[in-house]
Amino acid sequence: MNPIAHSPHAHAPASISKVMGTVLLALVPATLYGFWLYGWPAIFLWSITVASALIGEAFVLRVRQRPVRPALLDGSATLTAWLLALSLPPFAPWWLGVVGGLFAIVVVKQVFGGLGQNVFNPAMAARVMLLISFPVEMTMWAAPTPLSGEHALSFAQGLAITFGGAQWDTMASASLLGHVKTEFTRGVDLLHSLPGYFEAGDALSGHRVGSFGETSAVLLLLGGVFLIVKRIITWHAPVAMLLGVALPAAIAHAIAPEHYLAVLPHLLSGGLILGAFFIVTDPVTSPNTSAGMFVFGFLCGLLTWIIRTWGGYPEGVAFAVMIMNALTPIVDRYIKPRIYGRDRKGTALPAKKGA
Amino acid sequence: MMFFEKFFGGLRGGVHPEGKKQLSAECPIRSVPLPQKLYVPLQQHIGAPAAPVVKVGERVLKGQLVAAAQGNVSAPVHAPTSGVVSALGDHVAPHPSGLPVPTLTIESDGQEEWVALAGIEQPLELAQEDIAARVAAAGIVGLGGATFPSALKLNLSRASGVQTLILNGGECEPYLTCDDRIMRERAAEIVEGIALIAKAVAAQEVLIGIEDNKPEAIATMQAAAQGSAIKVVAMPSMYPMGSEKQIIQVLTGKEIPAGGRPADIGVLVHNVATAWAVQQAIRYGRPLISRIVTLSGGAMRTPCNVEALIGTPVEELLTVAGGLVPPVARMVLGGPMMGQQFTDMRVPVVKGTSGVLALTASETGQAEASPCIRCSTCVRACPIGLLPLEMAAFIRVSDLASSVALGLKDCISCGSCSYVCPAHIPLVHYFNYAKGDLAAQERGKLKQEATKKLADARNERMARIERERAEAAAKRKAAREAKERAAKEAAEKAQQESSASESA
Ligand code: SF4
Ligand code: SF4
Repeated sequence: MNPIAHSPHAHAPASISKVMGTVLLALVPATLYGFWLYGWPAIFLWSITVASALIGEAFVLRVRQRPVRPALLDGSATLTAWLLALSLPPFAPWWLGVVGGLFAIVVVKQVFGGLGQNVFNPAMAARVMLLISFPVEMTMWAAPTPLSGEHALSFAQGLAITFGGAQWDTMASASLLGHVKTEFTRGVDLLHSLPGYFEAGDALSGHRVGSFGETSAVLLLLGGVFLIVKRIITWHAPVAMLLGVALPAAIAHAIAPEHYLAVLPHLLSGGLILGAFFIVTDPVTSPNTSAGMFVFGFLCGLLTWIIRTWGGYPEGVAFAVMIMNALTPIVDRYIKPRIYGRDRKGTALPAKKGA
Repeated sequence: MMFFEKFFGGLRGGVHPEGKKQLSAECPIRSVPLPQKLYVPLQQHIGAPAAPVVKVGERVLKGQLVAAAQGNVSAPVHAPTSGVVSALGDHVAPHPSGLPVPTLTIESDGQEEWVALAGIEQPLELAQEDIAARVAAAGIVGLGGATFPSALKLNLSRASGVQTLILNGGECEPYLTCDDRIMRERAAEIVEGIALIAKAVAAQEVLIGIEDNKPEAIATMQAAAQGSAIKVVAMPSMYPMGSEKQIIQVLTGKEIPAGGRPADIGVLVHNVATAWAVQQAIRYGRPLISRIVTLSGGAMRTPCNVEALIGTPVEELLTVAGGLVPPVARMVLGGPMMGQQFTDMRVPVVKGTSGVLALTASETGQAEASPCIRCSTCVRACPIGLLPLEMAAFIRVSDLASSVALGLKDCISCGSCSYVCPAHIPLVHYFNYAKGDLAAQERGKLKQEATKKLADARNERMARIERERAEAAAKRKAAREAKERAAKEAAEKAQQESSASESA
């Protein structure tokens, strides 16, 4: 006789691969747009990053004698690599994708015990590792060369960039945050360095320098809203993270506009939108409760702003997320739901007879 | 803090499983052909099993007491039809263990001959204690599935005072429509039953909570309650709205203190079907020998609602529903969220059987469990405010104490967490298992304490005997010595006297 199955005898139509699949779906528009914007090199880099992550995952599982197929099919490794790829400079050499993809999966995810066990967000940890180890390659941004435009790169040129290490003249440009930081060190304040560099319209449409997935704020935002509507993520962490950047930015900018960037360039720059909707919402490395998610997201945002403003690196999302990942257990410890019939401290409510 | 709580989801948790009520909701309650044999377990309630008062071979009448309540927490059992007691022994039972339980088998004679029933013309004139006593004698237990003896609840509440009497018509489990139907078809009787219960506990306020997915039941009950002090309240449809803790929270805004009872906050909750049984017992003197059962599920040919005699084997019910449509993935007694799987079709209907479900594989949605991705979906689903993922993680490493610290004992085993978990982790299974372990530990501790007490008592007794013996010995010795001394003194005296006389 079969062992008696335990209740419930019904299940919501949900599974890990459905969750991951929905997130991947939400990334598709921004990614396709990135492909179009940066052409073949971006496509190659994305493919190679995802492929190395999957190979790394398969290899580790084989070594640990765990079933390989279900793990590959659950989509989590693909998602990690995808997010990482989106945060890389589009013209980065192929080995950056390979090293990053393998590091994210083998070191950050599997060494901690696999899916659900990792402390740090694998994509962000890999990005930070790459940024520290290969600062030059990681900040070689390129101006967009849309596939359908006159500057479009041919397939062969794409190969040359990704695999041949070829340099391109569009590659010299700096991202907005990088530009601001360099100009600052040269003593040029924002009132002089910014004009002509930041146009909100360009930032929204992604026609500006940046990593290939981060540039299209609008499409990422749409993807994020889609995930909230689909109840894959909740609004708490994303909204809190945007607030965490926007509030201090607004205050500081109001006090000293020549020193501090305004809210809009902050929100639309770098990896903030990607981070708010796709990174801090990572189930594994974020807190358990909605209130915890809010606190977590807000602090991620605040740290991002602090690092962007005073840190040594122009962009702070990845660092901020990693710091907060480490603090997640503490957030979870102090922010717990109130249990029915008990007060916040866990003491049973008093019995009030009749009255 | 209130704002904080509201802001972050005031009405907490709960899930919205597909209702599936349309399968059987429009089917009026049908009767079931009289089965040849009825299997009546002696324990169909929480508490001590009833003790049989009939012998094998004896003829019993419909409604006759066949097993009497034992001890404080128990309920009597009555013959569902007239016939002969053909056996008293183990039979498969709807018990979580799946093990057979002591059961009376009654072979029906087809006469349906009732015992003499002592009904009452003016039930509302009964004294409070009499209502409770008649409810107790009728063997009525909570028909929502909890099967706690109803009279006991009445007595406990009468002692502590009831501000709000809540009638639970939530029926939040998917598929089940038995309460829906009984409210639609027997509203007047239910309202009289409610009035009786309200009288028995002197309730100040009476509410009937019905989920808003049952508009007909709401309308019918409203019409039946017209002119009385009973208020019908539509509640949002959500699982587990029909759980005692949730229905109280939604209807009164109060919460039962942890580890406490509704009586602690002046609330009493009864199921609507229980109110019907109370009315039958008091107005007509009929004990609880039948109940409404929903037969449903994707693998049930014609889902419907039936009124079944207690003891009817499930296989006989299935014929009423046109049989099964294979492949059947799982048979369940009760609702899909908290019901139990069963495999033996001879299992009888008992007082707590609200439904018999034949589910297909796509309905059960069973899948291999995979690792927890810490998505917190379970946290958001828990109506109690627990952290199922953390509790399960502790239980997995046998750290029950930490799990209890997180609120394991507050878990109502509703299964909402398991239902939503994308990793298909059987969370509630962990919790029930751990609770079982805790209960065993506690029993063990009690037993140990009892043994220790016995041993202590024995030691003390031995010591006392020893002491007494020693004391007795000492006394005897003292007495002996005293005697000896006296004899010696006497001898000496005699000697002195004699020598004195000699010298004289
Ligand atoms: S719902 Fe399942 S996978 Fe998600 S946190 Fe809870 S136990 Fe883990
Ligand atoms: S079974 Fe327990 S832990 Fe799970 S949702 Fe229900 S009350 Fe919460």
